[in-house]
Amino acid sequence: MKGRLTPYLLALPSWLWLGIFLVVPLAAMASVSTTTGNNIDGFVQTFAFSNYTDALSRYSTQLARSFAYGAMATVAMLVIGYPVAYFIAFKGGARKSTYLFLLLLPFFVSFVLRTISWGFLLADDGILLGTLKGWGLLPAGFHVLATTFSVVAGLTYNWLPFMILPIYVALERVDPRVIEAAQDLYATRLAAFRRVVLPLSLPGVFAGVLMTFVPATADPVNAQILGGTSNTMIGNVIQTEYLTNLAYPSASALSFTLMAVLLVGIFIYAKALGTENVLEAAANR
Amino acid sequence: MHAIQLDDVVKEYQSHGEVVQAVKGVTLEIAEGEFFSLLGPSGCGKTTTMRMIAGFEEPSRGVVKLLGKDVTNVPPNKRDVNMVFQSYALFPHMNVWDNVAFGLKQRGVAQAEIRQRVTEMLEIVDLTGREKRRPREMSGGQQQRVALARALVNRPRALLLDEPLGALDLKLRQAMQIELKRIQREVGITFVYVTHDQNEALTMSDRIAVMNDGLVEQLAGPREIYERPATQFVAGFIGTSNLLAGTAAAGVLPIGGGRVLVPGQDGDVSVTVRPEKITIDTAEPNGQVSAVPGTVAEVVYLGTYNSYAVALADGAEVTVFQQNAHDSTTTAERGDSVWLSWQPQHSYVIGS
Repeated sequence: MKGRLTPYLLALPSWLWLGIFLVVPLAAMASVSTTTGNNIDGFVQTFAFSNYTDALSRYSTQLARSFAYGAMATVAMLVIGYPVAYFIAFKGGARKSTYLFLLLLPFFVSFVLRTISWGFLLADDGILLGTLKGWGLLPAGFHVLATTFSVVAGLTYNWLPFMILPIYVALERVDPRVIEAAQDLYATRLAAFRRVVLPLSLPGVFAGVLMTFVPATADPVNAQILGGTSNTMIGNVIQTEYLTNLAYPSASALSFTLMAVLLVGIFIYAKALGTENVLEAAANR
Repeated sequence: MHAIQLDDVVKEYQSHGEVVQAVKGVTLEIAEGEFFSLLGPSGCGKTTTMRMIAGFEEPSRGVVKLLGKDVTNVPPNKRDVNMVFQSYALFPHMNVWDNVAFGLKQRGVAQAEIRQRVTEMLEIVDLTGREKRRPREMSGGQQQRVALARALVNRPRALLLDEPLGALDLKLRQAMQIELKRIQREVGITFVYVTHDQNEALTMSDRIAVMNDGLVEQLAGPREIYERPATQFVAGFIGTSNLLAGTAAAGVLPIGGGRVLVPGQDGDVSVTVRPEKITIDTAEPNGQVSAVPGTVAEVVYLGTYNSYAVALADGAEVTVFQQNAHDSTTTAERGDSVWLSWQPQHSYVIGS
């Protein structure tokens, strides 16, 4: 009896943790999302589901923009991250751990601080653009800050390691002899990559996309620091609603909407491109 | 024409700023349809030699020829040889069918022909009906046969096998040895087999190159390698062997109060004798034989034979195998004084 209960007892702390710090606040937020009222008179539960439709119709632009930015950043991270992961896994040799350390080095500085530094770098007359303009390499009117580009670039920069690491782990597990076997069976380097290395790394790509798309879509910091008024993302809206406007029901409704859309998206993504399916498709190409 | 020719092939590596020679000049010719083994301990250069034939390593010097054509700098995908890897290196994301069809697809063979050849090959390796299995769902022996089929289906000029049976248990390994030999006869393709297992090499090979420290020590048929080892290393590596050394005079080498007949030899010589060639007796033998006295230090019963360790007067120890042909009683016990004798032709004089 004791033996059978042991695993559950061992898991108890994490269940309690999740219960207290995730389930309870979520339930509270769900409840707030359908209340009406204001900050002074208090909020009353009226099951006002119109909060959702109102919030959505008012902020659909920002919601759509968030997904677009998240998707763009994810694609950029994939394009930049895959070769980096490949290089570390196959060409890293004895320096592998050094490269991985360098990859994680930025995390020793606060996320917000790093984004602010990007702001300095990209400012119209900042270190980078100012200097280039001074040399006459860029027109004086050229600017990057407060554009879609700067926000997506910031998102890409901030979440890149979370794309590289899972891909690296997947590539690291590819037996080099399997690649040799492909070459032995008349595959060129490119064909060996396409038919063997790439399919075997797809679980890592799958994990990397999940780990970057979700936080990049919901992130408020990059849009706030690197974006302008026309680059506001849903994270900024939620933040403003909560902390500035004190419109708790609307902010809660938006949070839940974002969460629901992400969950549904992830579910469809996992269903359509689950590890087994991806491998099967790659093998039968 | 030779299937494979290596002409003074050398492979050097840079290791911590020093040049290390893994292969120090190997010259050999492998005939078409031959079952050829590269045998030696780990680190002897046998795998590097094979990888140079496959094209995974480029020789630092020397020439590799396939069917008379110089392929020294040709990449592996353009060489008409295929390899069976040590741990099989099957594509884990593909089923058996796709694994076996991989080479043919890469070469752009027509669909219908791929279907026919893969079906045929799976039949040869006895895997019909398992086309949809993934490698990880199969036993070691089955994976081994997939690896074999994946290489053979391309009908290469030569098949290279890198310790392909190393991961299998003894019973399965012995079964696969016979299986490999059967398949080789059936398809008639040159097999180059890398192994550190002397029994495997002796059982299957037409010819064996015994390698040590980057060089071929002896290249001959299994019987010759076993009966007439060319060097001390070969004698020691293949089977059990006794080494007796001393200064001979007029064709007789005196050893610990006895004599070893070495016709025509004078001066310092080394002689090897296989343990099963030696007769153990309590009385001094007569006639034109080598005869050496000693004391039994150990007797070990090994089922089909007894193994004696006999200490000679000069301190050397000689191993003797005695067949349990009639009854399993031993001729001598530990501590007994005995005479060891053998026919002159079983003393084999070797180089250093």
